[in-house]
Amino acid sequence: MTNHLPKVDVVLVGFGWTGAIYAEKLTAAGMEVLALERGPWRDTPKDFATTFAQDELRYYWRHGMFQETSQSTVTFRNNGAQTALPMRHWGSFLPGNGVGGSGVHWNGQTYRFLPSDFVAKSHNAERYGPLPEDMTIQDYGVTYEELEPHFDYFEKICGICGTAGNLRGDIQKGGNPFEGPRSDEYPNPPMEMTFSQDRFEAAAREMGLNPFPVPSANMSRAYVNPLGLQLAPCTYCGFCEKYGCGNYAKSSPQTTIIPVLMQRPNFTLRTDSEVLSVEKSADGTRATGVTYVDTSGERFFQPAEVVVLCAYPLENTRLMLLSEIGTPYDPQTGEGVVGKNYCYQVMSGATVFFDEEYTNGFVGAGALGMAVDEYNGDNFDHSGLGFIGGGYIACYTTNARPIESHPVPDGVPGWGSEWKQSVRANFLKTTTVGVHGASMAHRSNYLDLDPTYTDRHGRPLLRMTYDFTLNDRRLTAHITPVAEEIARGMGGREVNVAERKGSYDSMPYQTTHNTGGTIMGNDPQTSVCNRYCQSWDLHNLFVAGAGLFPQNAGYNPTGTVAALAYWTVAAIIDQYMADPGSLVQA
Amino acid sequence: MSFPTRRKILKSLLLGGSAMAAPSAVFGALYGRGEGMPWEPMKGQPPYYGTQEDNFFTAEERATTAVICARLIPSDEDGPGATEADVISFLDRQMAGFYGRGQHWYMEGPFAEGTATQGYQSEHPPAQLYRYALAELDNYCRDRHDAAFAGLSEAQQDEILKGMDEEEITFEGVSAKAFFDLILKNTIEGYFADPIYGGNRDMVAWQYVRFPGTRYDYRDFVKHNGARIDLPPVSLMGRPGWNSLE
Repeated sequence: MTNHLPKVDVVLVGFGWTGAIYAEKLTAAGMEVLALERGPWRDTPKDFATTFAQDELRYYWRHGMFQETSQSTVTFRNNGAQTALPMRHWGSFLPGNGVGGSGVHWNGQTYRFLPSDFVAKSHNAERYGPLPEDMTIQDYGVTYEELEPHFDYFEKICGICGTAGNLRGDIQKGGNPFEGPRSDEYPNPPMEMTFSQDRFEAAAREMGLNPFPVPSANMSRAYVNPLGLQLAPCTYCGFCEKYGCGNYAKSSPQTTIIPVLMQRPNFTLRTDSEVLSVEKSADGTRATGVTYVDTSGERFFQPAEVVVLCAYPLENTRLMLLSEIGTPYDPQTGEGVVGKNYCYQVMSGATVFFDEEYTNGFVGAGALGMAVDEYNGDNFDHSGLGFIGGGYIACYTTNARPIESHPVPDGVPGWGSEWKQSVRANFLKTTTVGVHGASMAHRSNYLDLDPTYTDRHGRPLLRMTYDFTLNDRRLTAHITPVAEEIARGMGGREVNVAERKGSYDSMPYQTTHNTGGTIMGNDPQTSVCNRYCQSWDLHNLFVAGAGLFPQNAGYNPTGTVAALAYWTVAAIIDQYMADPGSLVQA
Repeated sequence: MSFPTRRKILKSLLLGGSAMAAPSAVFGALYGRGEGMPWEPMKGQPPYYGTQEDNFFTAEERATTAVICARLIPSDEDGPGATEADVISFLDRQMAGFYGRGQHWYMEGPFAEGTATQGYQSEHPPAQLYRYALAELDNYCRDRHDAAFAGLSEAQQDEILKGMDEEEITFEGVSAKAFFDLILKNTIEGYFADPIYGGNRDMVAWQYVRFPGTRYDYRDFVKHNGARIDLPPVSLMGRPGWNSLE
């Protein structure tokens, strides 16, 4: 039996970064907002205090911060000819769970996508001619210029530390000269760099490149954000990604938004409450609310005027498929939209081994790095290269957590005395120059419901069909040698190159940047949401997160995810409330 | 559309003012509604120490496993190995706990072998995989060498482990490669994890590679400029010097 609850104005499915952003803006506009979060309440003093947050086994290897696959997982296969099998434990990516979502355990690398990334199809087709037919990329429908104020606001909420590269059209020394025009400086100066970044910077300059400090959500100084919340200076403890910050030094929903939200009488949060489906009106034009189950197993129907999907992209896609909203994507015909254009990130790198010098990787932070952007997006001429897109090249010093980070040179065996001694000899003497490559959509990479495996509620798991594409392979083959050249200029004893070869492997950790599935665009035939991230099918259903990306750019997604959330919530408040209905006529 | 305030109705239905109460069996936990950040005493998440008392291995399994660990991370003139780090105690506790039971993993069938890119697909949770594979390993050794694995020479042991790693040796009913990959991963975990879990005893592995441990603040060292930093390691339990009288 399902209990019916009183109606609210807005129900948010999931309470991470985007849920917190929506809730803050909507409650400030006077709406009654309820957030439903599958996982538990989590906060700094109780759940990631400095006295126990730095526990590598517990939080990374035993997945203390993440969704448990026993709750729900995805099935995976490289292509449609294979049988997808469940990811029995996580590997390549790590979906979050609980209040704050993945915004608790992220590194804090907070980029803006390039202006050309938002018009990837039209821009590249215009410059290079028709794109391959099976490359199903498209424009976002929203432009960088429209998102700029929202990027700026999120950077101020987080207190992002960096150096502007393009201030209202004027190129700035020391910043990223390729970035879109910014309306304002970063709110905080960049982090203080260590030895590895200094060497990277010198080597990159020697090659005529323009290194800049990675925009960081780890604080370079104490900061008070526009909501009056305070962040503390980062202590470079080396436990960011996969860990909560006990020091209030990493921007997260908990440190930058939630304490203010919890003061508001028109905001309610229910934790341990998992949404099972979005319900539709009889005529199929509106969402009526959501059905959720709490930890006792009891089911509830929560009616709402507006429903917003703020869960992780994989779960948002699954919820739409389970709720039968929109047409599921069919890779055979290329028709349908839900689950279309699943994309990821194409990572590669070159590791430098030093003889004399110590890199001391334990003095690190999640977004402590220097980067170059000459090979990202369309910052270079792709004529004759056979691919589009690119990636930034960066040297980060995030950690020396020893279970995770104990590189040995090529040729050393994987165990035994020789391995052990090589681990010891190189442990504090390595750094990596990484390529963070874009992932262009391909007709055969998609998400749908698995025909065999189900979750603990008996619902089908999401099935991921994914492999690296020809575009990915050419991209990584072109840019990885540049990273290698920078690495060779850094003065080490030897450089080992880790190319991205072979099929996508779901187990080695790569990055938690899963995108697509609920993509946005200008045409209901090719997208799930319109340019306001509003469902083409149900006008009172909005979607947040990187699932909106029609294809993934060569950057970390969080900055763009947040800008899209602020853009949509502004449209809801300024346009939708006055005249509910589709904000774009199809 | 109007958005009238429904807070009063909502509040009257949702247990009045006791919003900060512990998770209700009916509603899950409720927060917000103007009552600020929740705080409850005695609800913290202190370190999980693993199971201190329970153990999983039989005496024979424990002996064999300890020998495998000692071959994966040997003790030598360069420094301590899995034996000094007491990796076997770490493994015994891990296998007796939620990890060994595969309690947080998706372990629903059907099970299939899978491709190399699909990860762990054994129908056995880690502890059971150890149990079956250890028995098979000894069967394999007795068939060929007339002795259990622990009774072989180090060179023979290395040869067999290499065969499992490179998939030249297979077992009956359980994957030798899946077991090898898992025990190597778990041995590295036990060697380098915080000592609260029973391995990395006295922080021997951290001292060996010169990892300073779970220190909180390196701001004084950011400008190290490639110089060596000498800091004794600190565990979540502190370090011995903190308790001495010197």
